[in-house]
Amino acid sequence: MTELTLIQGVNKALHQAMKNDPDVLCLGEDIGVNGGVFRATDGLQKEFGEQRVLDTPLNESGIVGMAVGMALYGLKPVAEIQFLDFIYPAFDQIVSELAKLRYRSGGQFPAHVVIRTPYGGGIRGGLYHSQSTEQLFASTPGLKVVIPSTPADAKGLLLTAIFDEDPVLFMEPKRIYRTATGEVPDGDHRVPFGKARIVREGTDVSVFAYGAMVPTAFQACQVLEKTGIHAELIDLRTLVPLDIDAVVRSVEKTGRAVIVHEAPKFCGFGAELAAILAEKALYSLKAPIARVTGYDTPFPYTLENLYLPSVDRIGRAIQRTVAAG
Amino acid sequence: MVEMQGPSLPDPELLKVLRTMALGRAVDERCMNLQRQGRLGFYVPLEGQEAAQVGCGWALEKGDWVCPAYRELAVALTRGVPLSLILNQLYGNVGDLSKGRQMPNHYGFRDYRFVSASSPIGTQIIHAVGLAYASRYKGEKVVAVPFFGDGATSSTDFHSGMNFAGVYKAPVVFFCQNNQWAISLPREKQTLSATLAVKANAYGFPGVQIDGNDFHAVYRAVREARARALRGEGPTLIEAVTYRMGPHSTSDDPRRYRTPAELAAWKARDPIERLKAELVSRGVLSEAEFEAMQEEVRAEIQSAILEAEKLGPPEASTIFEDVFQNPPPNLEEERREFEEFVKEGVVRP
Amino acid sequence: MSGVPPSSPARPPSGGAAPANADDVGAGTAVVPLPYSAKQLQELLGSSWEARLKEMYRGMLLGRVLDTRMLGLQRQGRVAFYGPATGQEATSVGAALAMAEGDWVLPGLREQLIALMRGLDLTLYLHHLFGNDLDTARGRQMPCHPSAREARYVSMSSNIGTQIIHAVGLAYALRYKRETGVSWAFFGDGATSSNDFHSGMNFAGVWKLPVLFVCTNNQWAISIPNEKQTASPTFAEKAQAYGFEGSRVDGTDVVAVYHALREAREALASGKGPRMIECVLYRLTPHSSSDDPSRYQPKGWMDRAKAHDPLGRFEAMLDKLGMLPSAEREAVRAELDAKVRAAIQEAEVMPPPRFESLFEDTLRTPAWPLTEERDSFDKEQGGNFP
Repeated sequence: MTELTLIQGVNKALHQAMKNDPDVLCLGEDIGVNGGVFRATDGLQKEFGEQRVLDTPLNESGIVGMAVGMALYGLKPVAEIQFLDFIYPAFDQIVSELAKLRYRSGGQFPAHVVIRTPYGGGIRGGLYHSQSTEQLFASTPGLKVVIPSTPADAKGLLLTAIFDEDPVLFMEPKRIYRTATGEVPDGDHRVPFGKARIVREGTDVSVFAYGAMVPTAFQACQVLEKTGIHAELIDLRTLVPLDIDAVVRSVEKTGRAVIVHEAPKFCGFGAELAAILAEKALYSLKAPIARVTGYDTPFPYTLENLYLPSVDRIGRAIQRTVAAG
Repeated sequence: MVEMQGPSLPDPELLKVLRTMALGRAVDERCMNLQRQGRLGFYVPLEGQEAAQVGCGWALEKGDWVCPAYRELAVALTRGVPLSLILNQLYGNVGDLSKGRQMPNHYGFRDYRFVSASSPIGTQIIHAVGLAYASRYKGEKVVAVPFFGDGATSSTDFHSGMNFAGVYKAPVVFFCQNNQWAISLPREKQTLSATLAVKANAYGFPGVQIDGNDFHAVYRAVREARARALRGEGPTLIEAVTYRMGPHSTSDDPRRYRTPAELAAWKARDPIERLKAELVSRGVLSEAEFEAMQEEVRAEIQSAILEAEKLGPPEASTIFEDVFQNPPPNLEEERREFEEFVKEGVVRP
Repeated sequence: MSGVPPSSPARPPSGGAAPANADDVGAGTAVVPLPYSAKQLQELLGSSWEARLKEMYRGMLLGRVLDTRMLGLQRQGRVAFYGPATGQEATSVGAALAMAEGDWVLPGLREQLIALMRGLDLTLYLHHLFGNDLDTARGRQMPCHPSAREARYVSMSSNIGTQIIHAVGLAYALRYKRETGVSWAFFGDGATSSNDFHSGMNFAGVWKLPVLFVCTNNQWAISIPNEKQTASPTFAEKAQAYGFEGSRVDGTDVVAVYHALREAREALASGKGPRMIECVLYRLTPHSSSDDPSRYQPKGWMDRAKAHDPLGRFEAMLDKLGMLPSAEREAVRAELDAKVRAAIQEAEVMPPPRFESLFEDTLRTPAWPLTEERDSFDKEQGGNFP
């Protein structure tokens, strides 16, 4: 066990994977000599060489497409997109190619590429360094979507992603890159996909969150504990595959649900969770489902803290839900 | 490289040019410091690229369109954008035309045909082609100029922009400031082609490489390309070879990827020093007069900073404005809920 | 290899003017024979040149026979769609013969003949065209989108140009694993405007990778002629923008294509970095069975283009050289036609894919909600309504 930050967890996972398997390569903008703009790949090129840690020209479609080619051969490329906000030139490669290759070739040409990308707000990044658009990818069949919230999960989930046989979009909550710290198992630590984490147990209301919203929601739950509200907080960890049982089971127990994410509410991932609960746990619900989300506007700069779900906004939503029935 | 010739403009105008370049440098120096002091959230310096930016900006006419990236502060100055508007954007305050929604340096000034900049690389290049096409369609005798760096030549919209402009013979002057570094990637790892200018061959129009630290060379090349575009002969790609003397942004540490020797070599080719030395040697300007000019621009930026810092953030409810012309019901509901939260003190603007 | 084929690079095709302008297809409608003497062929193709010529003929004829049959079937409503490659046979066959076993093929829309020549079983291909249960891809793709792992012929999508950058990634992997193969990216004239032409060419240049970029310039991107696709006089010169060599070859001359591509492949295999070759040819059919070229092509264009029919030009050369008498040619044609008919017969009666296949191959192990959708499929489709 070692005490690490979340970004160090990412770095350790990449390091471990590259050590395990010479077929693991990393490619992206500024990831080699510079070690990544956030330093997620720091030291990798020095240790594993330019051949395995590629500084690419400035073209996201090229980065993902080239990784697809490497994976068609059988390598295990890990592509970095500098910010999720810059992924859109590669959307064609992700949606039309990566996610469909296995299906369209009858399983002959699967391509397991991992795309790592920092996402989310709270770093004074304005419109183009702050967005959360996991819903666009979660509704693309053939693609897994993983979002860690702790250093141990960052390492364990990323290692699972790299050795998984399917393409994975690995979204890293950049706001808590350095503020989330914790014990991380040494060595080849893996965390399985599709298993949500119960952050704290409770009986009155289920709070669902992922990524950078987990610590914020946790704080809200802690505050409310003092007022006698026992909230259960669930970190989904992987949106695809989703731990549907954990979601349903928790609400069957508490009878109430509050869903938190940074992305805008309309057609956000919370809409899917709410639909699942309506389908599978409607008769357990004692109160309407609440969603605390980013607003349905582009992401602002100066006023970003008003845009992002805060401890207060989450706390108020939990209070209201509990009071509602 | 275009051959060296005599001065491109009459001396009094060259003095104005020098002053604009010096103002750009002074803004840079102050803003880098303000960011270190925590008074500014972020800043993108342009140090070293003043001749390229002012040279190109000076060669354009009022009706021309500028499609900037985020480093084009000195271009904005040549367009006549008041310093206060620039500073208000840097501070994201209530005086910012874009209501504090973008990171610093991502400005847009409709009145000056200086289009709003975004962070994704290269996207503005194809916008310039659309603007040029539209202007010609409307009978305007103007050009559109996308500004971009060496890294952007690899981007998707460099390819689409260059190709479309070639096909439609659109009046576009593609202005590439090759500042040698795309964050940490050196120019020679960006592409195998010998120059960036040669890339124009792939699209059927001329590309020229010029000394981007020589104001006269930049001014002349842009004037020529502009005239050519307006004669209906199609676009030109200009590669202005220059150097980013500062970091990519205040979040970057160039010591990780480049040597002090390289920086020193380029400092010896400082574009401001070059123009100043020329004017001094020709007796147009004395050292003392240059000092006075420096004092003047420093005072100008100082008072603009003080003014900008007096202004607070934009109204909290502006967060819901400008998403659509008329907000849809879900957004209206969010605004009502927000206002309620403000009243109850759940949200504290 | 001494002589450069007389009809090859520089200014192909024989008789045609600047092919960047689709309207310059040439005035004549008479087929121009390939311009080789027996001696030249021997020089270009080596001592077993006669056998090689037969191979070329067989390959091109297979493509033609398939196209004829399948377009007929499409018109009868027996297959939903077909994307013919008539006019491109010389390029496909020349390329297939220039390849080595360890090479990878990233095809565009009209390279199916290459898959067949690299070992894709004809009947299996027909299963694909009918999208039946025996299709490797379980009828998930439109016809003419085959894939064949053992032939290293990668699955393609209908999106234009995306495969170009895949070829670059594959080439990187080949070099990384110290394999000798090269990676072939095929794409049309229209794809040179796509994002991944730009990223693919640039990335391959930066790492000097063994990628052979083969542009099959058939003059039309559906209805867009080349002069509206780009202002550059040729596609080959686009390679300059990426720091490597681009050249042109007459893509209707199977001998020239074979020669040029084999030479380029050898240079690539010896580590000389990427190359681009523009094969200038003519699309002798509509874009697909869903397209009507009379809406956009100049009057008589297709007739004039037929002067460049690669099969016709080859046969005219055989006539001149007195090779393969017509009875023998007829026998080959009859044999191939019988094979195609037999394959059609076999494939057409196969049932459609099992419904379970709808839920397979999305992820390696299906996840919720797909598992639930699969398990309740029977009930939902049960036919007991109301």
